[in-house]
Amino acid sequence: MARKITIQHQLGFTLLAWFLGLLMFFPIFWMILTSFKTEIDAIASPPLVVFSVTLENYIEVLSRSNYLKFFSNSVIIAGGSTLLALVVAIPSAWAMAFSPTRHTKNVLMWMLSTKMMPPVGVLVPIYLSLKYMGLLDTRFGLTIIMMLINLPIIIWMLYTYFKEIPSEILEASRMDGAKLWQEIIFVLLPMALPGIASTMLLNIILAWNEAFWTLNLTAANAATLTAFIASYSSPEGLFWAKLSAASTMAIAPILILGWFSQKQLVTGLTFGAVK
Amino acid sequence: MATTQTKTLSRIMNLPAIVLLFIWMIVPLTMTIYYSFQRYNLLNPSRRGFNGWFNYEFFITDPAFFAAIGNTLLLVTGVLAITIIGGVLLGLLLNQAILGRGIVRILFISPFFIMPTVSALIWKNMLMNPIYGIFAHISEFFGVPPTDFFAVIPLLSIVIIVAWQWLPFATLILLTALQSLDQEQQEAADMDGAGIFSKFYYITLPHMSRAITVVILIETIFLLSIFAEILVTTNGGPGTASTNLTYMVYNRALLQYDIGGASAGGVIAVILANIVAIFLIRSVGKNLEA
Repeated sequence: MARKITIQHQLGFTLLAWFLGLLMFFPIFWMILTSFKTEIDAIASPPLVVFSVTLENYIEVLSRSNYLKFFSNSVIIAGGSTLLALVVAIPSAWAMAFSPTRHTKNVLMWMLSTKMMPPVGVLVPIYLSLKYMGLLDTRFGLTIIMMLINLPIIIWMLYTYFKEIPSEILEASRMDGAKLWQEIIFVLLPMALPGIASTMLLNIILAWNEAFWTLNLTAANAATLTAFIASYSSPEGLFWAKLSAASTMAIAPILILGWFSQKQLVTGLTFGAVK
Repeated sequence: MATTQTKTLSRIMNLPAIVLLFIWMIVPLTMTIYYSFQRYNLLNPSRRGFNGWFNYEFFITDPAFFAAIGNTLLLVTGVLAITIIGGVLLGLLLNQAILGRGIVRILFISPFFIMPTVSALIWKNMLMNPIYGIFAHISEFFGVPPTDFFAVIPLLSIVIIVAWQWLPFATLILLTALQSLDQEQQEAADMDGAGIFSKFYYITLPHMSRAITVVILIETIFLLSIFAEILVTTNGGPGTASTNLTYMVYNRALLQYDIGGASAGGVIAVILANIVAIFLIRSVGKNLEA
């Protein structure tokens, strides 16, 4: 009797969860569907669920409008900023995890606090500085900015992962006469590889989707996909099917990366406070 | 001796990160404070000089300022209310034995990975458009005249879009917290004859309180700086109906070229965010000791 109720409950919960999940996903689904419609079908009334599938939007977006340039800007800026940040963050996290001083905790907290600063608080000087240095609307300028924005999160995540590695192993390698760079590259990094991988993944996702600085510091040259999609907001840009095709291609890589990293995401986004 | 050497070495290893973050935050912030006391407009750059508190006075007495503060608070609290309540309920639901839970999780988490400009445009064009949008078709089906969302309820529309983006985050964090709930404690409560609601109130909710605090604080930090969603949907309008503090400063700086005024707004935004940050640092700091 009790068992029967449990099965009914399970069925009820399953149906409810699937219904709500599909509802949450619907806007994305609808966008993907629209990307395969003609522009006329896209605004048909009532909305079409059955329609003749076309790839013309993808072909047109790819052949026109410098789409590939914006795409490669996104890849270079997200990837480049992540790698640069790792180069700075790995030594820093190593130092704080394996030879902490009495200031380490305060330093970590201070790093975290820089992340709390609202970007508008430094918008003016950053904009003017980049302008005077000729770095406004350049990929290099934006890569550096993006690296600095996410550096605190990267150091925190790496620190959390490094803390779980027993320091005896590092000491043993030191006893065996390993130099510091050998200790880091051959002993620490292989052990911390899963942690480093998920740190990279989270940072790529954050950098790819970043909108405040990319919208304010780029124009035609270094614009990423975030900024490119924003240009569709103008009234004359009412090409829904093409917008959908461009958007689908812009979100697809990150959506897939995100699905794989959802577990590590929790630790990363809460600075290790929720595990 | 080896330890002294390691200590020195570790300081050196930590230096690049500290120097970079110092340059990134302290230097620009000092510049913002300096500019906020200057008369400085890029359209008339020769007319510069110390301006006293004028920029602050001008920024604060602007009618848009109180609208912006109000909108910022409404945006933050509205999204927080939806995502926390929704996140707790969805977390409880997803913690049940559900068939195909992995896929359902993916469906729920997906909106979080969509770039802000894309999600704002999906909602603006395909869902909320008063002629072609899905919502317009649904209301027509029920014989209700369609709503022009961004003209009639601009701020609420933005709250809905942003809540859609952040509900997955809250759900994921709260679900993770729920999964570490002690089963034996639950069973003991069952034995003592506790009902579903008293179990939720006395066991589950206290267990989640820490995660809820973390979600509130992290979301607040991000929500104070909402920008792209406003830029591509309403441009802060109609009037100032959906202008938040971030958008107002952007408007001053990059559309009106008023460097002094924008800097004063930036300083005010920093002060607001710091009030929140103090609480966040405290609650994360506790975890560091544990």
